[in-house]
Amino acid sequence: MKRQVTGLILLLVLVAFLLWGMYLVHPFGYPDVSDMDDYMIENSQEETGSNNVVAAVLFDYRGLDTLGEATILFTAVTGVLLLLRLSKQKEKNS
Amino acid sequence: MLTKIVRTVTNGFIPFIIIFGLYIIAHGHLTPGGGFQGGAVVVSGVVMLLVAFNSQELKKSLRERVLSIMESTGALIFIILAFIGIGTVFFYNLLVGTPIFGNIPNFGPNPGDIWTGGVIPLMNFAVGLKVIAGLSAVVLAIALFSSGEEVEG
Repeated sequence: MKRQVTGLILLLVLVAFLLWGMYLVHPFGYPDVSDMDDYMIENSQEETGSNNVVAAVLFDYRGLDTLGEATILFTAVTGVLLLLRLSKQKEKNS
Repeated sequence: MLTKIVRTVTNGFIPFIIIFGLYIIAHGHLTPGGGFQGGAVVVSGVVMLLVAFNSQELKKSLRERVLSIMESTGALIFIILAFIGIGTVFFYNLLVGTPIFGNIPNFGPNPGDIWTGGVIPLMNFAVGLKVIAGLSAVVLAIALFSSGEEVEG
């Protein structure tokens, strides 16, 4: 019972924080600082030749972040294959 | 292995799913989507094969060694393409303005040209290859593991 009450209070606090954050955020489509967006919308077609501005940002302006994303995927795949193979071998030994 | 109806429908749908995924990868610099999304679509086709057929059946045609080589190749192509422009800066788009993928589109909304984008389409292909191979390997490994088969690397 005590745990349930504590959980309920924590949930209410979390909901209050989320609603507060929702209230504080700027209106949709009107960012506080839009200089970078405007620059990319104006110049990305000319600079990268790509009609898709998202692709231009992903693979050109912020290419290093995409490299990190690819590294995360690579690490995840390596980890999954390694873990499954290791547990398989352990079963065989025991 | 599911019933013959499921297997027949899967056989009919697989080419379309794979072609749609490859289309999303190839048009990543023109339409919404790109390497990651198109690769995920192709892998959904692989999952469909895995559901309809047995994982042992699929293991005969999809070898994990080939998949890991494919993924490493995609990562290598990506990094090499990033290093092409190292003369100016890392990830510099060197191919814009050259005959290879170098056309520059007009400003504003336009239907687009496949022959634009510099290194972006090539990077999309590399990332697509990486995502297809990597996620297929993960899904196949999990399916084989849960069916109690040997996972060979």
